[in-house]
Amino acid sequence: MVSSVERPPTIPAGSQLILRCKDFRVYQILIPQERDCMDVHASLVRLSRPEKYSELYCMSFNPNVNKEEREDSWKLIDLMADYKRMGVPNNLWVSTAANSEYRVCDTYPSELFVPKSATPAIIVGSSRFRSRGRFPALSYFHQDTLAAVCRCSQPLSGFSGRCQEDEMMLQAVMKSNPGSEYIYVVDTRPKLNAMANRAAGKGYENEDHYTNIKLQFIGIENIHVMRSSQQKIIDVGEMRAPSMTDFLWGLENSGWLKHIKAVLDAGVFIARAVADEGVSVLVHCSDGWDRTAQACSVASILLDPFYRTLKGLMVLIERDWVSFGHKFSHRYAHLDGDPKEVSPVIDQFLECVWQLSEQFPCAFEFNERFLIAIHTQVYSCQYGTFLCNCQKERRDIRLHERSHSVWPQLWKDRAEYTNPLYKAEQSQSQGILRPNTTPYCFKMWKGLYNHMEKSTPPRQSPSDYLSTVKEETQQLEEELINHQERIAALMGKPITWEKIEVPRRRTSHLGQRHCGPDPPSTYTHPITSPTQDNGHALSSEPVNQEAQTKDPALSLPLGLHTHLKSQDPDDLSACSDLESGVADLSSRSSSGVDEGKDPNETASPPPDWKSKGNH
Amino acid sequence: MSNTPIFKAFCCSSLGTKSLPRCLQPTCFCERTSVGRQQLKREGKSAVRVSAQVMEFAELIKTPRVDGVVLHRPFLPTVEGTLCLTGHHLILSSRQDNTEELWLLHSNIDSIEKRFVGSLGTIIVKCKDLRVIQLDIPGMEECLNIASSIEALSTLDSVSLMYPFFYRPMFEVIEDGWNSFLPEDVFKDLESMTDEWRLSEVNKDFSVCQSYPPLVAVPKNVDDETLKKVATFRHGGRFPVLSYYHKKNGMVMMRAGQPLTGTNGRRCKEDEKLINATLRPGKRGYIIDTRTINVAQQAKARGGGFETEGNYPQWRRIHKAIERYNILQESLIKLVEACNDQSHSMDRWLSKLEASNWQTHVKEILTTACLAAQCIDREGASVLVHGTEGTDATLQVTSLAQIILDPACRTIRGFQGLVEREWLQAGHPFQQRCATSAYSNNKPRQEAPVFLLFLDCVWQILRQFPCSFEFSESFLVLLFEHAYASQFGTFLANSTAERTKLSLPEKTVSLWSWVNRPQELERLTNPLYEANSLVIWPSVAPQSLLLWEGVFLRWNRSSKCLDEAYEEMVHIIEYNKELQSKVNSLRRQLAELETEDPLLQTP
Repeated sequence: MVSSVERPPTIPAGSQLILRCKDFRVYQILIPQERDCMDVHASLVRLSRPEKYSELYCMSFNPNVNKEEREDSWKLIDLMADYKRMGVPNNLWVSTAANSEYRVCDTYPSELFVPKSATPAIIVGSSRFRSRGRFPALSYFHQDTLAAVCRCSQPLSGFSGRCQEDEMMLQAVMKSNPGSEYIYVVDTRPKLNAMANRAAGKGYENEDHYTNIKLQFIGIENIHVMRSSQQKIIDVGEMRAPSMTDFLWGLENSGWLKHIKAVLDAGVFIARAVADEGVSVLVHCSDGWDRTAQACSVASILLDPFYRTLKGLMVLIERDWVSFGHKFSHRYAHLDGDPKEVSPVIDQFLECVWQLSEQFPCAFEFNERFLIAIHTQVYSCQYGTFLCNCQKERRDIRLHERSHSVWPQLWKDRAEYTNPLYKAEQSQSQGILRPNTTPYCFKMWKGLYNHMEKSTPPRQSPSDYLSTVKEETQQLEEELINHQERIAALMGKPITWEKIEVPRRRTSHLGQRHCGPDPPSTYTHPITSPTQDNGHALSSEPVNQEAQTKDPALSLPLGLHTHLKSQDPDDLSACSDLESGVADLSSRSSSGVDEGKDPNETASPPPDWKSKGNH
Repeated sequence: MSNTPIFKAFCCSSLGTKSLPRCLQPTCFCERTSVGRQQLKREGKSAVRVSAQVMEFAELIKTPRVDGVVLHRPFLPTVEGTLCLTGHHLILSSRQDNTEELWLLHSNIDSIEKRFVGSLGTIIVKCKDLRVIQLDIPGMEECLNIASSIEALSTLDSVSLMYPFFYRPMFEVIEDGWNSFLPEDVFKDLESMTDEWRLSEVNKDFSVCQSYPPLVAVPKNVDDETLKKVATFRHGGRFPVLSYYHKKNGMVMMRAGQPLTGTNGRRCKEDEKLINATLRPGKRGYIIDTRTINVAQQAKARGGGFETEGNYPQWRRIHKAIERYNILQESLIKLVEACNDQSHSMDRWLSKLEASNWQTHVKEILTTACLAAQCIDREGASVLVHGTEGTDATLQVTSLAQIILDPACRTIRGFQGLVEREWLQAGHPFQQRCATSAYSNNKPRQEAPVFLLFLDCVWQILRQFPCSFEFSESFLVLLFEHAYASQFGTFLANSTAERTKLSLPEKTVSLWSWVNRPQELERLTNPLYEANSLVIWPSVAPQSLLLWEGVFLRWNRSSKCLDEAYEEMVHIIEYNKELQSKVNSLRRQLAELETEDPLLQTP
């Protein structure tokens, strides 16, 4: 995780090392002996830049499981099952063996889906006309409209080049969507960049050569722009006691939110085309493994509620990123290499998902912590999932035999990563998401870029609070059933399992929830309820008062409830179980408040305020 | 006078959806049937006044009703219907059941714009609560008439023509809000904690300080004569009074107007005596001047100034930089303009947000409040806060410091008390400050979003400590709305003196009477609340301070998904509570059954 090690000048107390990590944490280490410090420095410099895959942690990491379990770990996420889920193969899209043994395109997966009318000759011909041989293949099929999201790399068109097979390939993509007469070709690059590529014999589709395509440029910047932009926003997060002007200016100057917006806009465009117009979309950038992966995966998130679940996001990343040859090793500097290849491509995808979760608090099964956990795993190489740059490379180094998959681990910890507000049957959890991409809807992702703030006592987090409440509710539900059964039994119906002890494990971590290293999830308080939106002019209206919404689910089955209420409620104190319940309730109080802390850290009147006392 | 008058009168606001035609008479507000002697008496007195004013309104309303008007509102379907103007309301109704009507107080209208396409006129109404609605009115003449009527009715000069004087509550007043937070009652709490303070009546006829209430808390050993002398040495006669007593360590926060030292360095022994009387032996206190040292220096030329070290050796002065009101108003206008910017450019948005400086003000005010709270709670020192007049920035600081220090202020009732004490009774000139909002074309005179900034700061703390406040964001939004336009008299006038002169407690209904009813309280309650007796230290780092979407983006984006999330949150908590009680009942039942039948008792 170490991205750089600095050795500032020695101070009297010893020598310092400043470690900058890939998850944007910064550690300062004080070593009393300068000699030791130099040794540590040298070791760290070498160790943080592994040159071979075999040096990476995942190759030696052994989570104490046997061979079968390791093999199973790689099977948790099954891409073919997901294609099946979206209805593929069918009479429009079929599996092709063209790329078995990675013959046509070495950075693509071996199993791919293409339009039914695309013959192997067309595929091979098309791939010769595409950068790195990355021919158009299916990313996502939308069953409701039969429109599809396909992906490829830029055509090798230069200024006037054309390729019959490639034109037929695009025609085939269109034909695989019976309802439409054209397809969108989304070039996610700024138009200028795409035009410049023509000089190098690459470029974009000429609308005169391809019948029935509509070309759309989105304007996501290239990896170099993104790299420097992220560095700037990291700097903003690390600023010490910035003024509001410094902060907002830094935010603007970094351009980061602008780039996030561009990625989200690309996804929104594709999702609208597919869901609203029923038109298939072919997405590419230059090589079709960075911006294309971003745009396709954001579109899938918007289009399909499945990808908003824990499992779904894993599948999506496995498909659009891992299998389609996103260059993890280069982008996230797993091995010592060209620093110009490094770029926060998947960071931006994860942030888009976070920004969406801020707008749609009930739409995602997972919480912010899950996104940050994935982010960490992408960089850490503790597991083999994100190693290498493509499937072929993974096969060649026998990655699956030598390392473990990260997904089972994340799945095991899913309780940690669950969003308490997620409800599968809610409207925002279903169908297509239509986010607002007006600039004011984007916020800086404090959870990722502001570790400084995180180190101070975490604030109260409603979502953690709710998770605890939900956990408790579940226990109560179990207890309830149990009691009912026992009562039934006591009333004269002997049930054999009546002695089952109520699982009343009140976990001790309730009180400590907020002390861990996890970021406090931010939660936007809802805007005032719609009844109030009519303003006070209406508030004197009796009509208005009826509009108060009451969740019907809140009321209990009436019969039982009234029956219970008829008992003497003052007798509660006699029950010791109840008392323990009350105590637990109070202990879950999610107070991030810590009186014992130095207020200079928390309430940030500048620590030097005293000096300002004298004029 | 009864403390709980029960009004069952009807006025225009009481007419339901179906009875709209009666509203077509612009004078409908006087159509009342009253029950109760109190009300009858009042009717008699006000009848003459009302009828005179009916005439006045009638003259202003050139066209009382227009049919076929189309209303466009953000995120709501357009409504076609009849537009009616009454003395205080703009009403639009489709005259169909189950469709919502628009009732807009004229006093809520900040500005209007007219546009014409052929004979179809369009009026864009921009409200003080930042909402923008559009009315398409067929007919050039009607449109012009409506526009000029609205303009006239929304800019009435006389306070006594305001709606609160005509509004009669449609709800039963359980507790008269005008009597809920009287200084003498508040003082009783103080007396139970300390005997170092007394309630002075020196200002009972408002002759010592126009903007103070008749009763103020001052150090016990300082007599009224001294107070009178000090008043001549403080801006606006605002001599130092008690703002907050910190129970934990007995430290206090006081507030005042600036000392009138002038360029000659005038001094006032009584002033020194007064504030020194609040210090424990050997202790030092802090004077927080909300202005920068430069601004404070400049104030000397106009007769103002600050406490010099020489004359106040026991006090250490700290200068902060909270802006004056005219700058704040400019900021609000720029911010709202930025929020309404239609361009999709991120750079433009961020630079406009930055240029508005709004967030800077929020940060500055919160920082100063934290500082005051820190001096009291951490340094164990007493604090005196003042700026120039002591009616704006001073109150922002003293009230926010109490939110931080005092858990009681984070309850619904406690917060009302805080607003009442530190804003209304402390003489924040609401009428001047809230006369116009962000859309007004008039040149601002004394308008400024001082109170809105305070609410924004409270929201920032609430967002950082979502479980420590009994009220939810909607209470803050409600206060913002009512400060600018309301059917209640609470925020009318600039001081207790003016309120007394206008007989507001007798002639209008208090907002607190409306709020403190179970059904309203339920709506304003924060489901996450768990009493937290600790001091809460908010972060004032720029990353921690967000734009208050609930006010500034409220009309710009749909809140549907966030509302759903809120409902879900409430549901989770309520369900848990219900389950809890149900399980408890079952446990008891089980215990009973088991004692009845010892054979089946579980080991």
